[in-house]
Amino acid sequence: MLYGIAVLLSFLVAGEAVSAALHLPMPGPVSGMLLLLLWSMARRRVDERVAKTATSLLSYLGLFFLPAGAGLLVLGDVLQQHGLALAVVVALSTLITLLVTALVLHWLLRRRYRSGA
Amino acid sequence: MNAVWTTLQAQPATWLALTVLAWLLADGLYVRSGRRALCNPVLLGIALVMLALWLLGEPYADYFGHVRLIHFLLGPATVALAVPLYLNINRLRALALPLLLALAIGSVVGIGSALLLGRLFGLDHNLLATLAPKSVTTPIAMALSAQHGGLPALTAGIVIVTGVLCAVAAVPLLNALKLRDPLVQGFAIGIAGHGIGTARALQVSSTAGAFAGLAMGLNALVTSLLLPLLLAWMG
Repeated sequence: MLYGIAVLLSFLVAGEAVSAALHLPMPGPVSGMLLLLLWSMARRRVDERVAKTATSLLSYLGLFFLPAGAGLLVLGDVLQQHGLALAVVVALSTLITLLVTALVLHWLLRRRYRSGA
Repeated sequence: MNAVWTTLQAQPATWLALTVLAWLLADGLYVRSGRRALCNPVLLGIALVMLALWLLGEPYADYFGHVRLIHFLLGPATVALAVPLYLNINRLRALALPLLLALAIGSVVGIGSALLLGRLFGLDHNLLATLAPKSVTTPIAMALSAQHGGLPALTAGIVIVTGVLCAVAAVPLLNALKLRDPLVQGFAIGIAGHGIGTARALQVSSTAGAFAGLAMGLNALVTSLLLPLLLAWMG
């Protein structure tokens, strides 16, 4: 457990360093994820202890959004003014994005399987 | 009694316990409901925490300061997404081209549809800049919003709402359209609904979760590059 945490934290730090040093628009944790992926690809395996820690951490991913999510509390004023328009735009735009992405990928994958690749 | 409460109120443990209990309760209700989409545990958990803060009269800024530890865990959890991704590495390699194409189109549609609809509803430039980064993970969305004249705090709220909406609606919607491939579901959920969507995709399967995490990460990168261009053109 502790070893897994140490590895994840080290890659988080490495990710923060890479994002900052190369002025990437990507946040540190995302760089860290890509670094750990590249590292695992280079070694052709994931350490079992890291895999275990990662799996248990990810099973609580939803919990980690609660502190930021409760911040909706303090947006009352702006929402009173523009809330309805914002809600409609957010809802429509999110569903359109979801559907277009899923349909495009579905179509591309079907073409690929059909062409026998 | 009042003195005791004052002491407890100043202890991070009180708020950490409250947040974890809210999550356990929300997750329990979700399971008890037969995993109904509307009983999404992130949605219920946020509602429970907001209700508790309101009842206890705890200012949000103080609460957030006490539970930073939980918020911080988003970082290592994002890194941890590399593990399910690596377990899908063969599919990832084989499908790199279609995935990148879907990413590019999904990213443009995500930003573009928000800008077009926003203009249609008469929102001004500041609100458009606030809305446009809604599909990327909170820290990037807030930075992009601030950089282009938006309201970062409102952006954070919009990002959360976007993620929760995606977590609630995506799976029933995609199932109804017979788009059942976990890879397709996960990738689309990650593009449209970032980390909160990814948490939902992980409940579908580890493959869906892995591709949602990948899509979330890539979309953060692509959106950071595209948003300034699209905002200048359409904002």
